[in-house]
Amino acid sequence: MSLETLELDAVSLEMQVRELYQELIIEHGTKPRNHRILLKIDAKAEGFNPLCGDKIELFLTIEEDKIIEASFLGKGCAISQASASLMTEALMGKTVNEALQLFQQFKALVTHNDPEMNTDSDTNTFLGKLAAFKGVRSFPSRVKCATLAWHTLNAALKENPSLITTE
Amino acid sequence: MTVNLLNCRHDFPIFKQLVRGQRLAYLDSAATTQKPHCVIDKLSQYYQTCNANVHRGVHYLSEQATQNFIAARQTVQKFINAKKLHECIFVKSTTEAINLVAQSFGDAFIQKNDEIVITMMEHHSNIVPWQMLCKRKEAHLKFIPMTNRGVLDLESLDSLFTEKTKLLSISHVSNALGTIHPIKEIIKKAQARNIPVFIDGAQAAAHIPIDVQDLDCDFYTFSSHKVYGPMGVGVLYGKEKWLEKMPPYQGGGDMIKKVSLSETLYQDLPYKFEAGTPAVAEAIALKSALDYLMNIGFESIAFHENELLKIATEALTSMPSVRIIGHSSQKVGIISFLIDNIHSHDLGTLVDQKGVAIRTGHHCAMPLMDFLGLTATARLSLGLYNTEQDIEQFLEALTFAKKFFKIKDSVCL
Repeated sequence: MSLETLELDAVSLEMQVRELYQELIIEHGTKPRNHRILLKIDAKAEGFNPLCGDKIELFLTIEEDKIIEASFLGKGCAISQASASLMTEALMGKTVNEALQLFQQFKALVTHNDPEMNTDSDTNTFLGKLAAFKGVRSFPSRVKCATLAWHTLNAALKENPSLITTE
Repeated sequence: MTVNLLNCRHDFPIFKQLVRGQRLAYLDSAATTQKPHCVIDKLSQYYQTCNANVHRGVHYLSEQATQNFIAARQTVQKFINAKKLHECIFVKSTTEAINLVAQSFGDAFIQKNDEIVITMMEHHSNIVPWQMLCKRKEAHLKFIPMTNRGVLDLESLDSLFTEKTKLLSISHVSNALGTIHPIKEIIKKAQARNIPVFIDGAQAAAHIPIDVQDLDCDFYTFSSHKVYGPMGVGVLYGKEKWLEKMPPYQGGGDMIKKVSLSETLYQDLPYKFEAGTPAVAEAIALKSALDYLMNIGFESIAFHENELLKIATEALTSMPSVRIIGHSSQKVGIISFLIDNIHSHDLGTLVDQKGVAIRTGHHCAMPLMDFLGLTATARLSLGLYNTEQDIEQFLEALTFAKKFFKIKDSVCL
């Protein structure tokens, strides 16, 4: 963020924070889904953001390259918990490679880094409910909260290289 | 003498701007303070009129810079009432001061199986350097415990000290909770056992008058950027008897008397510990900040900040769904708190929309947070430019945040 003095319209600023904290995100942030440990764990990883104390422990059940179940335990801000909650919902039934693709799409969505990858219509189709996190772009200090669960997913899958196919 | 509330906001140019389209209520002075005109102007003036390298030049500008640099050190000496000018060393920051003593005092005086005592409430900068020293020297680090009220549990102090204890390092004020530790009493107990004491005064220097002779501490440090001065410079005070025996921290120019290929003779104090070109402009601007503070007077500052602390504490105590963390009877203007069902991080983002700057997270005090069973709190911290309006704006922002997250306040008391 630049240090220039900006006089922005207070209304549009409030819209930005309402976009960040949409109903969906507050709902999942305060009442996360799949907030439990799994009986059959084929992959797991822990994620921690030392700057703020957000913690995620992710569990995956994987059969024949498909993620059958995903769950997490964790403590942290609404953004980090909602991201983990919505991520575990989105992962069900996805192949490992699809999951890794989703990670890249999500990262691009919240950081707005890759113009080629991130056209709004494509994003909304592929990301589904996760597109709700688009508002994070306006809050760079919160990007790490949104991506914590996803980096943890990446670690869980990469630590089990047999799960990642080269297709 | 009637002491009134201060009216210093207009001395600080940063408050002229709007933030997120709102008036700025800056309640994060424990992280860094804003700077008055006189400090900002002094930095600029130095570079425009008397900039040169110090100590060795024979030309006019060098003489001017050197004289101003010496005057800055004299003001520091006055500010902390150090007995000798050369006991006041300019460093980069409090963190550097702690690392300097950990390395240099550590080299000279810490052996295998010696003990160093700190507390559970310290900022990481007063934990990590000692952990590193103990690892290097195979010494042991011990901790004065804390209570749920956010104060030190001093009952175990006598048993913590043994004949192997070579140093006690403790903060004057807790950055996370605002607790003022009873350091004078603690120093007396340590001195009785011949244990030297290092005081981290980073959070005290802007709020409590420091008298190192009265405290009789062996070392004291604070950072310029926390006392309305610029970033990049800080002060380490050390009793002459220790500094003389301690080896240099960094080697290089200015800290030597004579260098040959086979050996080097080190400079006298304070230069032995000031290798390289100092942060001259910053030290001179720090002098302006300290003069500004001494001009206002700590009695007025304490009265002002205590009044605002009282107002904020009462309001937060009576606000439903809010819990204050840390209940020491002796505090500076710092309040750590939690709101039910709103994580501090989210709270910080929401109140930021209303122009309110607070800090959220573990405040670089993870052991303290772990003891209290917390991962993060929100922290409000006062400076002498804060006003009642800042507190009102803050309270309104909290109400906004609670509404946003649809917090239903429980009715039972």
